[in-house]
Amino acid sequence: MLLKNTWNELIKILAKPRSYIGFGALTLLIGVILVAMKADGKSFISFVTASFEQTLSFNGEILNGNLMAFVILQMLIIHVPLLVALVTGDLVSGEAAMGTLRMMATKPISRSAILGSKLLAGAIYTFLLTLWMAFMAYGIGQWMFGAGDLIVLNNDGLVIIPADDIMWRYFYGFGLAYLSLLAVATMSICFSVFSDNSIGPIVSTMAVIILFTIIGSLDVSSFNSLQPFLLTTHMSSWRSLFEMPVPVDDILNSIYILLFHIIGFAAISFWRFNKKDINT
Amino acid sequence: MNETVVSIKGLKKSFKAFKAVKDVSFSVQKNDVFGFLGPNGAGKSTSLRCMLSLIKADAGEIKLFGEDIKDNRSKVLSKIGSIIEKPDFYKYLSAFKNLELLARISGSTVSKSELYDILDFVGLQGREKHKFRTFSHGMKQRLGIAQALMHNPELIILDEPTTGLDPQGIVDIRNLILKLSKEQGKTVILSSHQLSEIEMIANRMVIINKGETLIEGSVHNLLNSSNMVVKFQLDDVSRGEKLLVNEFSDVNVSKASTNELEFEIEKIRIADVAECFVKNNLRIYSIEQKRKLEDYFINMIAEG
Repeated sequence: MLLKNTWNELIKILAKPRSYIGFGALTLLIGVILVAMKADGKSFISFVTASFEQTLSFNGEILNGNLMAFVILQMLIIHVPLLVALVTGDLVSGEAAMGTLRMMATKPISRSAILGSKLLAGAIYTFLLTLWMAFMAYGIGQWMFGAGDLIVLNNDGLVIIPADDIMWRYFYGFGLAYLSLLAVATMSICFSVFSDNSIGPIVSTMAVIILFTIIGSLDVSSFNSLQPFLLTTHMSSWRSLFEMPVPVDDILNSIYILLFHIIGFAAISFWRFNKKDINT
Repeated sequence: MNETVVSIKGLKKSFKAFKAVKDVSFSVQKNDVFGFLGPNGAGKSTSLRCMLSLIKADAGEIKLFGEDIKDNRSKVLSKIGSIIEKPDFYKYLSAFKNLELLARISGSTVSKSELYDILDFVGLQGREKHKFRTFSHGMKQRLGIAQALMHNPELIILDEPTTGLDPQGIVDIRNLILKLSKEQGKTVILSSHQLSEIEMIANRMVIINKGETLIEGSVHNLLNSSNMVVKFQLDDVSRGEKLLVNEFSDVNVSKASTNELEFEIEKIRIADVAECFVKNNLRIYSIEQKRKLEDYFINMIAEG
């Protein structure tokens, strides 16, 4: 029954116009960035590298597909949650508002199977959105700009990663990005279980992400103990894959905390949904 | 021997301080068309929601097909088709696609041809591929009935299925329910706030008001064997009242105005009263009769 209803959920997601907003927005945003960089990227790169030019000389093409994927992932990882929540935040509350949750709940399918199938469908949608982001940022980036060594600036300074040592980093990088977006999706589904309207969970998800981002960026002592456990802190953990050497322990810590969020939000959702009175 | 399909005892449900259902009890036998009657806000939908485990009852016993819904939810629900409140579907999907989704979780294997057949049965042939959002209220109700029937359930629960329908739509739904009962031997629970509707379709009924069961029994017995409230329009009401008291000592006059005399009496004795008045040279301008239960129900609705 779980798999049958997951298939149902995917059909519903595919039939809803709002499901395509995320794909459309990503195509547009990444497309604009890629075209803009193609047109005027060299001057942008020389502006960024100007401060190093007295001490370093750069050979080869810095502006390449690998750099573009890095820039795009960095720019969008905070914004893509909105596109995810737009669909996942509506999965339970949208049906409650429409009255279709009532129709479903009168069928011989358990509440856990209903919610489980929504979580699975939400996870699949998030995966497809991440895959699209990877295709647009990495695939199209490589096609438009070609491959090359990646130069990134992080806390330890300038890191130069050879072209043949990059692909696996993006593979795991987009994997980590997926995990953090899955945590956002689970959070929005959790909010959705508590609500009977579509807008509330979407707005609440974004509000939490904005709040956590602010808490995470403020250097206030009372927030310091909270920061390592915030979801948003680990949303940019993919960047660690572009350090030399790769801080495996930090990445594993981020994975554990993201998984903890996913399991925690899912557990709260199941607990609440199984008790929920369907009054709409 | 009758087989009890539904047995509800002492059902209670509150929403914070509001007691929506205080004490509802009734039972439905196999092949009944059972009227669940009560004015708006009486607690009908809340009781039905409890029966289908959409909401959790605070107290009471709900047994469907002899099993507790809490313990055997999936098994019990696979034998039930229902529309609660109103039929809501995915407006961005076609009628057929909506049915296909719900059929997948109905607990039975329903083929595509069976879905087309059920759409034909409810009169939606030719509209299968149309989006739900384009449907009229009547068509939505028909689709609701189709989803309630598609897995061939033993018990069908319809919550005010004729609300908002035009007269032809009401007749169609009524005929459909009768067809389901007579031709397919289904047990039907039909909630309504219209006594006339229940009278036309149901064989047994329960009346609830303010969350409590008031009366339960055979529709025929409750409506036709009960006393009648009779209103005589006479030329001399005071003489008529005296005659009534003298000749029919067990009858109490409930209301007397300048030209109207109202009292409660068995149906078969109305003619005797009329004969008595005529023999005593009283002119009868009109005789109006209402069934006591109907009068009671109308008053109940008027009181809200």
